[in-house]
Amino acid sequence: MIYPDSFAVSTPSDREIQVTRVFDAPRALVFDAFTKPELVRKWLLGPPGWTMPVCEIDLKVGGAYRYLWRQDSDGKEMGIRGVFREIIAPRLLVHTEEFDESWYQGDALDTTIFAEEGSTTRITITVLYESTEARDTARRSGMEHGMAESYKRVEELLLSLLAA
Amino acid sequence: MELSGYSSNSPERLDATFAALSDSTRRAILARLAQGEATVSELAAPFAMSQPAISKHLKVLESAGLIVRERDAQRRPSRLNAQPLAEATQWLAEYSQFWKSSFHRLDDLLDELKKSSKKEKKHKKKKH
Repeated sequence: MIYPDSFAVSTPSDREIQVTRVFDAPRALVFDAFTKPELVRKWLLGPPGWTMPVCEIDLKVGGAYRYLWRQDSDGKEMGIRGVFREIIAPRLLVHTEEFDESWYQGDALDTTIFAEEGSTTRITITVLYESTEARDTARRSGMEHGMAESYKRVEELLLSLLAA
Repeated sequence: MELSGYSSNSPERLDATFAALSDSTRRAILARLAQGEATVSELAAPFAMSQPAISKHLKVLESAGLIVRERDAQRRPSRLNAQPLAEATQWLAEYSQFWKSSFHRLDDLLDELKKSSKKEKKHKKKKH
């Protein structure tokens, strides 16, 4: 069973972006899928057409991770790196996040919470930027660098915003 | 993709847009205006609210650039201005799309992992 309806993106404060989703799987399995490189590179790919040639995770406090995505069609690359600050398997993951292209000043801090909901698992990812300016720069750069966005998707999101 | 419209997209304006969208009455007003222009009294009708209260909401929406109001006409009907909405939702839409696509793949992966862990358990039971 799939729970796409549980998906939500929000901005809890002027420095944060939050994503949440429920998965029909035990928490330990979801945690593995987020922390084992051989699993992460299978799903953390965004829209179709991207692969993840580099996916390295040193899962310990102070350990680093490195993700590099490549677009098949034109070879365009996008990379991200960071360091783990807190790990409570299989409940919590906190790490820094820095894009290769310096879209914004300073790091962002990602907190991922894995919560058991019956036999399912809800994950909540919160990205905290160092400043409102950093988040807004990330927003704008995201728009400029971003993967082609169809007007239809904007409309869908607009409708869901209005319906909320 | 046409991006020229985004150069005018200041952080302050995005914040104003999001602040304006944070209220359910204002979202309902926008939803109504998405169907066509309306006057203050027409907008007030579905809500248990006075016209001045609705006017306050309209001011917030207007200063966020989400609606435009006729200056001259006596009725001063409000109209939806979609541009800032599209700008505000653009980055969220892309962020959203990245995770949506990824999570769909994760659903499939988790299903596979569940199946293989069940098989392993069966295998172990047989050995005992």
